[in-house]
Amino acid sequence: MSHILEVDGLFKSYGATEILKDINVSIDKGEFLVLVGPSGCGKSTLLNCIAGLEPITGGAIRIAGQDMTEVSPKDRNIAMVFQSYALYPTMSVAKNITFGMQVRGVDKATQSAKLADVARQLQIEPLLNRRPGQLSGGQRQRVAMGRALVRDPALFLFDEPLSNLDAKLRVEMRTEIKRLHQDLGASMVYVTHDQIEAMTLATKIVVMKGGIIQQIGTPHEIYTRPANTFVADFMGSPAMNLIPARATPNGQGSVIEIAREGAEPLRLDEPRHAGLSGEILLGLRPEDMHEATARAGEALQGGAVRVDVVEPAGADTYVVARLGGKEVTSRLSADTQARAGAALEFGFDLSKASYFAPETGERLA
Amino acid sequence: MTDTSYAPPTQSRGLKIALRWGLYLMLGVFAVWYLLPLFVMLTTSLKSLEEIRTGSLIALPREVTFDAWRTAWSGACTGIQCEGLQPYFWNSVMLAVPAVMISTVLGAMNGYVVAQWQFRGANIIFALMLFGCFIPFQVVLLPMARTLGILNIAGSIPGLIFVHVVYGIGFTTLFFRNYYVTIPAELTKAAKIDGAGFFRIFWSIFLPLSLPIIVVTVIWQFTQIWNDFLFGVSFSQAGTQPITVALNNIVNSTTGVKAYNVDMAAAIIAALPTLLVYVVAGKYFIRGLTAGSVKG
Amino acid sequence: MQWLERHVPKLVLAPSFIAALLFVYGFIGWTAWVSFTRSRLLPNYDLVGTIQYERLFASPRWEVALNNLFVFGVLFIGVAMLLGLLLAIFLDQKIRTEGVLRTIYLYPMALSLIVTGTAWKWMLNPGLGLESMVRGWGFETFSFTWITDPDMAIYTVVIAGVWQASGFVMALFLAGLRSVDGEIIKAAQVDGIPTHRIYTAIIIPSMAPIFLSAFIVLSHLAIKSFDLVIALTGGGPGYATDLPATYMYAMAFSRGDIGQAASSAMIMMMIVFAIVVPYLYSELRAKHD
Repeated sequence: MSHILEVDGLFKSYGATEILKDINVSIDKGEFLVLVGPSGCGKSTLLNCIAGLEPITGGAIRIAGQDMTEVSPKDRNIAMVFQSYALYPTMSVAKNITFGMQVRGVDKATQSAKLADVARQLQIEPLLNRRPGQLSGGQRQRVAMGRALVRDPALFLFDEPLSNLDAKLRVEMRTEIKRLHQDLGASMVYVTHDQIEAMTLATKIVVMKGGIIQQIGTPHEIYTRPANTFVADFMGSPAMNLIPARATPNGQGSVIEIAREGAEPLRLDEPRHAGLSGEILLGLRPEDMHEATARAGEALQGGAVRVDVVEPAGADTYVVARLGGKEVTSRLSADTQARAGAALEFGFDLSKASYFAPETGERLA
Repeated sequence: MTDTSYAPPTQSRGLKIALRWGLYLMLGVFAVWYLLPLFVMLTTSLKSLEEIRTGSLIALPREVTFDAWRTAWSGACTGIQCEGLQPYFWNSVMLAVPAVMISTVLGAMNGYVVAQWQFRGANIIFALMLFGCFIPFQVVLLPMARTLGILNIAGSIPGLIFVHVVYGIGFTTLFFRNYYVTIPAELTKAAKIDGAGFFRIFWSIFLPLSLPIIVVTVIWQFTQIWNDFLFGVSFSQAGTQPITVALNNIVNSTTGVKAYNVDMAAAIIAALPTLLVYVVAGKYFIRGLTAGSVKG
Repeated sequence: MQWLERHVPKLVLAPSFIAALLFVYGFIGWTAWVSFTRSRLLPNYDLVGTIQYERLFASPRWEVALNNLFVFGVLFIGVAMLLGLLLAIFLDQKIRTEGVLRTIYLYPMALSLIVTGTAWKWMLNPGLGLESMVRGWGFETFSFTWITDPDMAIYTVVIAGVWQASGFVMALFLAGLRSVDGEIIKAAQVDGIPTHRIYTAIIIPSMAPIFLSAFIVLSHLAIKSFDLVIALTGGGPGYATDLPATYMYAMAFSRGDIGQAASSAMIMMMIVFAIVVPYLYSELRAKHD
């Protein structure tokens, strides 16, 4: 029952505008929570509230079981890594890392011991006497991590720490953060707008939009069973295809009918769900649309669709076609036979499909 | 730097060179026009009265004499007293130094609050304070004269310091605020989590970053206060006047023969400190001027 | 302790804010109040309506002062802007000695207006100044006595004012010219647009905010102009070069007419507000968006 972090019915507003609405989420020790969503969804505000940098309007935040409402940031036993790293520009790297301890009156010997420890762990020993201005982006990132690590807090907070790095470095640092999490067994809350970061790092993901939590779950749950079309569209790249379709119940299952160009509609059997009927959105990941000839023998339902665009991307080839009046993307193997303008026989794996209500976007099945 | 030196292909080379020469000529003419008063002041101050009466305005002195300078510094009459500018020069120093220091420190703290510690209403308070920079000071002269009397600092240097601080805070706050808003708020957040408080963050993180803006503010305030005449003439009395008031009194003193060379020497003495600042730290001076006007 | 920690920023700002309330807004209120009384040598707090304003606008001296403000304001702002822009464009042509020239053009801004006034008063002295210099060159009939001519003296204030402030306008405009997006200019050059058209069609229109700033600063300087007139002409000959600022000072400190001083100060403030408030408002609006 003892969560390391509990956010309980949290509200936050600036004047009349509500930034966060009824946020409920908790994590246990050692969990890696990622808050993900488009910009302006309130994820950074939520993190700032957890840190105590923003006052909350309603509800409660508890860290290690203690109510934090009246506790100032420095007493919350947290450490935070910022997007801009927020290194103190006039202090050396060593001073940046030890500043917190110095403010708290930790004795010099402990300071240098901890500094040496962290510097070794992050391999930044040669940088200790430099100023932040003399460091590269990746080095600054390490120093910012060092400043957090040296506190040995109950909870680490990360505010988009990788978004200022170039693509290659970002992947490296991502791995490093994951390794750090595994080695330390620390509890972390991590904010990002990058769904790949969220998927790779998290043990638990919170998807947010407009200050409201859309879904909480493991990366696998979020990916395979998105709670609504927003989550389906936001998580995964290319995004999940949301194909307008018509469902008719037929005894133990349903028949899904999808319009296609220049041919009669596709009719697919959905034996898992009997309750579907009327206009629906069929949610299908690009990798769940196969090339039928390549997957002969599997229980796939087929249909020919004219291919619009073929985009080779190395290991995979993305093939764009039109179904139900919308563009859909499938991820096929690099040796696909698909040619732009020609019809291709697709195989649909409906066992992985999701179904949404077109008006509300909520998951039906 | 933008490159606007474009020459259409039809333009002949000769015309281009002629234009270039014309440009330099114009720039030279303007340079002369800006320098002329300074040149005239300097040469006049080094001439004898006799030579001033007979010679040309822009002629170099035939015989350089520093008598006028000596008189201006320690003998010229401001009304009834004839002690030269010397005591008033020191009045201005004793007025400007504390007033600059106090208004800069207050501006730094205020700017730090407005830029980094936003609270509800902080922007309105800032706007209200900023507004004080724009009022014509005539509108506060009368009540300020009475207030200084009530506070028992009328006609004194502390009184003038008080006035300059009160009406200087708006600008100094603006300067520091505009500088500190460019420092990411995350820095303050990181320091809060590190356990530092309001003053510790200012002292350890913001102050070490502030040298450029301190220089700009100090220069701006010093120039303003040293060159002020309105407050000086309104709120001082014989003996506590700043140098600008004394200079005006010397020039308009009606006793004795009109000594133009002394007037000019006195004017240069009054101008010297701010000119010196301009020559030594012109970059910061200009930054202050443009910051004070553009960002309004 | 918690309370203190949370309220330190407010406590730090409080003294300055209170000072502003008292010494800016309170004092404006006091002056406004007194401008509606019969105050003479000493303030009197019985409101009597607009009598001071009626006196003010019946006064020929105030009429001269307002007229002068108009003439001085228009010429000072116009000429300083034009000259500043011209110098800025000249200096923008990759001039080798730009640094030195900029320093020369701008140094008057570091001087006290009293010094400027003293220098120009000497140069414009009819007997010994520029006039006698030109006569010395052989133009025996040359006459330049504006400073003693009641009809022309205000123009000497314009000359000295422009001399003092035009370098500053130059610095503003030069900074503006340099901040224009270089790619736009390159695109125009590639399109074959001649240099003078690049200036008139692209660069100068994009500097509208700087024109506005320069205008605000110069008009502010013009309305507050006091030192320059005192040092250059003393308001004379007679009161031919009086400005509202010198009028107010004379009423307050030599005529002992506090009511007139207060009402003239209020008019000055209203003129400033009419110019500055729309500007401040638009600035603050722009920053919120």
